[in-house]
Amino acid sequence: MACPSIIVVGAGPSGTRAAEALAKAGIRPILIDEGRRDGGQIYRRQPDNFTRSYEKLYGTEAGRAKALHDSFDALKGQIDYRPETLVWNIADGHVWTACGNAQEALRYDALILCTGATDRLMPVKGWNLAGTYSLGGSQVALKSQAVSIGHEVVFMGSGPLLYLVASQYVQAGAKVAAVLDTSPKGARIKALPDLLALPGMLWNGVQLTRALGKAGVPIHHGVTPVEIIGGADTGVNGVRFRTPSGQEKTIACDAVAVGYHLRPETQLADLARCEFAFDAGTHQWLPRRDQDGRASTAGVYLAGDGAKILGARSAEASGKLAALAALSDLGLPVDSGETTALRRDVANYARFARGLAKAFPWPADHAAALPDEAIICRCEAVSAGDIRSVMRETGAIEANRAKAFSRVGMGRCQGRYCGLAAAELIAAEARIPVEQVGRLRGQAPVKPLPIAIGEEK
Amino acid sequence: MSAASDIIIVGGGLMGSSAALFLRGHGLSVTLLETDLIGRQASGTNFGNVRRQGRALHQLPLANRAIAIWRKSRELLGADVEYLQSGHIRVCYRDRPELVGAMEDYAEKARLEGLDLELLTGNALRSKFPFFGADVLAGSYSAMDGHANPRLAAPAFARAAQRMGANIHENTRIVDAQKVGEDFLVTAQDGRTFRAPILLITAGAWGNALSSQFGEPVPIVPRGPNMSVTEPVPYAIHPAVGVMTPLEEETVYFRQVARGNIVLGGSTRGPSYPDAYRAFVLPQNTMSQLKQIRRLAPALGKLNIIRVWSGIEGYMPDSQPVMGPSATTSGLYYAFGFSGAGFQIGPGVGETMAEIIARGATDIPMEPYQISRFAE
Repeated sequence: MACPSIIVVGAGPSGTRAAEALAKAGIRPILIDEGRRDGGQIYRRQPDNFTRSYEKLYGTEAGRAKALHDSFDALKGQIDYRPETLVWNIADGHVWTACGNAQEALRYDALILCTGATDRLMPVKGWNLAGTYSLGGSQVALKSQAVSIGHEVVFMGSGPLLYLVASQYVQAGAKVAAVLDTSPKGARIKALPDLLALPGMLWNGVQLTRALGKAGVPIHHGVTPVEIIGGADTGVNGVRFRTPSGQEKTIACDAVAVGYHLRPETQLADLARCEFAFDAGTHQWLPRRDQDGRASTAGVYLAGDGAKILGARSAEASGKLAALAALSDLGLPVDSGETTALRRDVANYARFARGLAKAFPWPADHAAALPDEAIICRCEAVSAGDIRSVMRETGAIEANRAKAFSRVGMGRCQGRYCGLAAAELIAAEARIPVEQVGRLRGQAPVKPLPIAIGEEK
Repeated sequence: MSAASDIIIVGGGLMGSSAALFLRGHGLSVTLLETDLIGRQASGTNFGNVRRQGRALHQLPLANRAIAIWRKSRELLGADVEYLQSGHIRVCYRDRPELVGAMEDYAEKARLEGLDLELLTGNALRSKFPFFGADVLAGSYSAMDGHANPRLAAPAFARAAQRMGANIHENTRIVDAQKVGEDFLVTAQDGRTFRAPILLITAGAWGNALSSQFGEPVPIVPRGPNMSVTEPVPYAIHPAVGVMTPLEEETVYFRQVARGNIVLGGSTRGPSYPDAYRAFVLPQNTMSQLKQIRRLAPALGKLNIIRVWSGIEGYMPDSQPVMGPSATTSGLYYAFGFSGAGFQIGPGVGETMAEIIARGATDIPMEPYQISRFAE
């Protein structure tokens, strides 16, 4: 083969490390990223005219963020970097891109998908009110624009990001009204053996919680969210929740950040016709891959949180591992010792991720308890009651069937934000395991595509 | 012991589901067998045009019969299938002025079949439909046509049939059908068998697999529609819109649903794979479709599409369905191969097939659809 064309999608930790490994092997990969700047979500770079220090922006991860950014800056001359570019479809060995209205079809011999993650969300009554953000969204506001989502913010949900973002808000001088964690404190004890896979990370987590306590932020564990209170004209006024003992409490606030750990962005793997399998540990459908990242579709590789949520450190390792797998499959020499070491690293990160999943469990049962008036799909304003009544009327118990009849997941996000919760609601209602509900099929375009695409001026 | 009924219908699309409903109306016991779930392929993924104009003139009696059913669909089905009788306009471009004559000719003949069409050009066209681009020369407007939601229609017919007593078996893939004595014996992949003296094949792109078992193969070609939908915008475009042109690439259409989304379709057909149960929208087809849409209605160029889809359709070489009795086997009937144009006439097909089966005759002209036209 003359010079293989390798395309990497995503310029976060895994995409950057994949591109770096390819460049080192003498290949000039195309690196396509939706963002304006590299770094992905976790190591998102601030706009050019902002001057906050790495320590201020990334806290304990400042060293890793700087290392990744420096690596990327050093790579720039060796890769074909295409920022602000969306891959909207994949077919017949080509990725189809949109950058504004400009479009291109790029051929690949190997495609490495490093598509990252978004918040996993569990609806709660009132989450459609202005002032409700996802945890990730609230972090983006702070990281990118140095703004808080409100004057008094409640952080609600579960997962490491809940504590991380709350503490970043405190450090930035924002008022955090409370942290409401749905996971019981005891879950963390059970998760300890797995969490000890990365003692440093575990220690960071403990420190974050301590810092929040020191700053006087009330932390409630094992809560059940009841309602985000407010009105169409006022937006969010407060959060009502139930304590483990069944007591209802209300906390006043003007903004809420909600999130339950993360979910991988798997739509491109879906469009590349990769096979998926249900992962019981995370209650998610994930694209199948081997230990090095090879998907079921030949020539397609999956790395980072876009394949499975294993964290940013694992993403760096799995990105490189996927690149080495692609090189090896193309008949190029790779250092097998390096592959072995990376596999070992990823396995260790996977153990830690198992611990996180146990410590901060996805509250699947909350979906069943949602009142009829709670909105599930915000794009299409489909409520829990709408889904239940469609199920009663039509007998629909399959995800795509429920979508066809109720419009749940039919809007511009294609169910990326409501799909998992809707599946849990349907499963509970039909009294079947959630894997039997199936998963929403991804369709192009991955994000909205201008009808003006390809228009000649 | 196999499950017995008066009639077995194989294929739970719009044709099979509506036939089941009307056959129950004639008092016959019905078993409807569907490989997957009701109405998921051609019936559920098409554009949703409830359009008579543009059809072959011999289809208009069937189309008229169908429109009467669409109009009463809410009462008949006990469900809203989002049928809007909001008009249909078919336009031609300036570079094909000869098509205006063809439109006039069609309108004259269609009037005799009870379809009133109004020809619009110049200011009359633009004041009524200001969204058309400068290339649009003339339009043929049918006020009494419209559109409906394909995702909802076939399942609503099937539920209504079920309430009337039809037995519907989803997730039932048929692997064999044969006539044993006076009865048809139909076997599912999992070994279940069904028995009835009458068999109706409404299996769309899979129709040939069954007709071949009775010595009547047909040259059906599976393809798939290229559909796209925009984000919702304020409801402003009432009629369904389509282009009259000999070029497949130029053949695009759009409609706005009450929710506000604009559904776009056409330009080319994509590949579909009945054996694998998959159909794909190829990116190059989306690109060609969007280019043609911009030409037809430039203002739509300001919107985004949020999703594309396709499904498995069966096309006949003459674009006419296989419909009516078998030429080889008594008690066997067909209604498949609607060639991407079955949605509007679907309920009329169901009613007509039920009439033929229950009464032995119909007023609807059926000659163009005979399966024997493909016999060697």
